[in-house]
Amino acid sequence: MDDRAIGRGAFLGLVGTGVLGLFFARDLTSAARRVLPSQVDGFVPGSNWRIYTVAASMPKIAADDLRVTVDGLVDRPGTFTLADLQQVGSTAQVSDFHCVTGWTVEDVRWVGVTLRDLLGHVGAQPGAKAVRFISAEKPYEDSLTRDQAMLGDVMLAWQMDGAPLAREHGGPLRLVMPAMYGYKSVKWVTHIRLESTPQPGFWERNGYDADAWVGRSNGA
Amino acid sequence: MEPERILRFTRTERALHWVHAVSFFAMLATGIVMFFSTLAEAIGRRPLVKDVHLLTAVVWVVALAGVIGFGNRAALRRTWAEVESIDADDRAWLAFRRPVAQGRFNAGQKINTIVTVAFALLFALSGLFLWLGERNHAFRFDGTGALHDLLTFASVVLVVGHLYLALIHPSTRHAMRGMTSGQVDLEWAQRHHPKWVAQVERAADPLPTSGSDQPG
Repeated sequence: MDDRAIGRGAFLGLVGTGVLGLFFARDLTSAARRVLPSQVDGFVPGSNWRIYTVAASMPKIAADDLRVTVDGLVDRPGTFTLADLQQVGSTAQVSDFHCVTGWTVEDVRWVGVTLRDLLGHVGAQPGAKAVRFISAEKPYEDSLTRDQAMLGDVMLAWQMDGAPLAREHGGPLRLVMPAMYGYKSVKWVTHIRLESTPQPGFWERNGYDADAWVGRSNGA
Repeated sequence: MEPERILRFTRTERALHWVHAVSFFAMLATGIVMFFSTLAEAIGRRPLVKDVHLLTAVVWVVALAGVIGFGNRAALRRTWAEVESIDADDRAWLAFRRPVAQGRFNAGQKINTIVTVAFALLFALSGLFLWLGERNHAFRFDGTGALHDLLTFASVVLVVGHLYLALIHPSTRHAMRGMTSGQVDLEWAQRHHPKWVAQVERAADPLPTSGSDQPG
């Protein structure tokens, strides 16, 4: 082999491996995460939570102080405490959380009230075709169509992996929409408004794809 | 008296190096903020941090393209040919059969350059798909984010080694001059890169010293 072929081969091999990595690097890191001690989870790319906040600081809401207003096209608008919501319904689910920026957390255990239960409780009117979730973190918000919100696994969660939902994960209350990328799952939800048409959410106004369904690219 | 010097890097090569170096650290700073949750929580404002990261990336790519487009491409081609060529002496050096005479670059420098260029391409490619993938999920591939992060980890290790050799290690830190002024001391080059000096001297003085190998 001539001398130049060695360096050229190394270069092309590296680039080729990297291109394969576009598709498979996360399989590698998620396998690594399973064998590495949990203390280093935060350093393992692509398979653990990352905290995204859009305001200068995260909202700080004590669970007892939480008030969630539900209004718009509903027969029985109202303001709910966490205890009120827990009265409406409490459902547990295990689902994967996919972020559009390339990480996935598998098997997250959530407890919360399903939107199906909540919309039934407040009496969503026939004209209510969209559910708008407004965060205490201004100006974050996002909307689901009513049909999307009525999928059985869409919930307002107050518990994650057996503990009260932590502040950085949107505690005391966040939306969980497992079939869509994480930017739909609004954190620090304090206002839910039923409307006739869905509004573009925060990241959608910043260029994100309005079709947020988790695709085949995640092996889901 | 000023020591005799020898040109190691043209302005084009130096410009390419410094554009890449400054951009790397600028993108590393915003990248670290987005990666580590504690920093992300403390600083917040993800849209702003992300915009700065993306803007730096655009400046980086445009500046590199500008240096290559308007610079001394012949010098770049010559350097890359030397970098890619891992000769018998380089292989001996890599196998720790030292000392062995080195050309303008030793095998470690060649490998560092090959890896850096490959990583630059992969950073740009994975970054482009991270950006596109948010806008259209058809471009969102499962490994893109993990690849971008793994490249960062590997690059930080390389850069730490590179900084040590360029700034601290006694026998190599003189090479820093080559990347600032372009020139290194001839005496240092003769000790560390004798094959290179011999080659430059042959090129500057094409007359053979003995008549034996003269064409008939």
